[in-house]
Amino acid sequence: MSIKVKLFLYGALLVLCVPFVFPTWWMITSSFKPNAEIFSPSLWPSSWSVEPWRQVFEMQPFAQQYFNSAYIAVVVTLGTLVVASMAGYAFARIRFRGQNALFLLVLTGLLIPSEVTIVPLFRVFNTLGLVDTHWPLILVPMLGPSSVLATFIMRQFFITLPGELEEAARMDGLGRPAIFRRIALPLARPALGAVAIFTFLHSWNLYLEPVVYISTQTRYTLPQALTQFTDAYQGALWNVQLSAASMTAIPVLIVFVLAQRQFIEGLAHTGLKG
Amino acid sequence: MTAVMERAAPEAARSARSFWTLRRRDQLTAYVFITPALLGAAAFVFLPLVLVVWYSLHEWNVLADTFDFVGADNYQRLLDDPNMPSVLRATAFFSVGLVVFNLALALLLAVLLNQKLRGTTFFRVLFFSPVVVSLLAWTIVWGFLLRDNGILSFGPNWLRSGSTALVSVVVVQVFKNVGLNMVLFLAALQGVPQELYEAARTDGAGPWTIFRRITLPLISPTILLTSIITVVGSLQVFAQISVLTQGGPGTSTTVLVYYLYQQAFQFHAFGYGATLSVLLFLIVLALTVLQWQMRKRWVFHEH
Repeated sequence: MSIKVKLFLYGALLVLCVPFVFPTWWMITSSFKPNAEIFSPSLWPSSWSVEPWRQVFEMQPFAQQYFNSAYIAVVVTLGTLVVASMAGYAFARIRFRGQNALFLLVLTGLLIPSEVTIVPLFRVFNTLGLVDTHWPLILVPMLGPSSVLATFIMRQFFITLPGELEEAARMDGLGRPAIFRRIALPLARPALGAVAIFTFLHSWNLYLEPVVYISTQTRYTLPQALTQFTDAYQGALWNVQLSAASMTAIPVLIVFVLAQRQFIEGLAHTGLKG
Repeated sequence: MTAVMERAAPEAARSARSFWTLRRRDQLTAYVFITPALLGAAAFVFLPLVLVVWYSLHEWNVLADTFDFVGADNYQRLLDDPNMPSVLRATAFFSVGLVVFNLALALLLAVLLNQKLRGTTFFRVLFFSPVVVSLLAWTIVWGFLLRDNGILSFGPNWLRSGSTALVSVVVVQVFKNVGLNMVLFLAALQGVPQELYEAARTDGAGPWTIFRRITLPLISPTILLTSIITVVGSLQVFAQISVLTQGGPGTSTTVLVYYLYQQAFQFHAFGYGATLSVLLFLIVLALTVLQWQMRKRWVFHEH
């Protein structure tokens, strides 16, 4: 490849990077700009102010909201891993009556996005007295459409495992549950990782459900809380809002940079199977 | 039949332990393992799908707590709804725009990253990073960039003018998620056998011909797959509309999901919201079936 072509390619890559990287950069730097400077086009704050970051916690119970999002995402992720790996394993490795029909049923579940079912589910949760609690935000992602996708992904992974390992374990007298726990699950670490990343981000980003179900400020999750940093006239307080947004984005970005290969391959893999 | 009986009789006479053969124990384990997933799918996917059809035939008044059968009234309302043409147009425009722009950009990025260059891993991470930035954070900062005195405020008021609002939301969404399709395309490109390229070059084919005649057909399964995922995903876009435009100006960015949210949860037209949900489901279903049909037509199959 000639130098000219190389330079052109690098130039193209650099230019194309801008819309992907600049917004995140702008979010973080603007969050440190004092009020007077918030609309200035400078790429670097002339004086760094932590005031907006402090205000985030004054305007809303942001620590509580952060905790809400974190614990819901963790519970949903762990629950999905258990449910999906068990079902995925059974569909892939055990022959049982009704297997094909039931798996086909699971597959049709992939066609039904949660937006289609939110109206009836709202009435169901309302009847059960669970509106304005975290239950819908936990149960629907953990057992609903995104869990169906997770089951499918786990099944596709388990089906690739060689049968000899299980037969050897059989000979040693291990029962099915033990084979699943001690042989299949440890081998499934990459698939479990992919499902965990995908499920966590799905829960972390969930927006329609919290907006529909949750109305008490202390029960808000982060995506919902982020939109509430406004002044008395409903105008956005940009530096405060961007501080809160940065706090939501930065921890995930750090984990992503540390484990970028698992993230990229995992998410692409789950997207592929979806 | 008699043979089965004859065989079953001595079996039943044996101890209870032998009833639990390996096969039977396996079956039981399988049913135990799939029960949580099946119950979950039944309760949170299939039952609500049946209910949404049932509720679309009713009107629910939350405040008065009345729930009345109204027959096909909501479907008549759907046909008469003056907003419907605009909603469907916005939905179609949004989905088509998103798929075309997303797939074209994803393919371009993948081709660039597939060159033998140093540092492509670094660029791959940068292009992918918006996928993991929290959706609301990404949307909010783009709202800040595109607002009337934001840093991109040359030209029109992007989010407040009817001709640019929808395009702006498409752009925000494409940059958020194009990294996913880029990675899928990159994997597909790397799967194209090098010998084919070499053979084509020996035959004197130029880069464009090679791309069109070899690369595109060979990655067409991935193109189809990504287009399905992207189309279905585009129909679910809600947060971006809600934060950036609230469906406006007018109804120019009111896509179907946003409209159904407004009807059901802002205007409390619950039965009508259910009807719009049924419509959304039928559209998702039709698109998926259509694309699987297309697969037979034009996707290259390896033998």
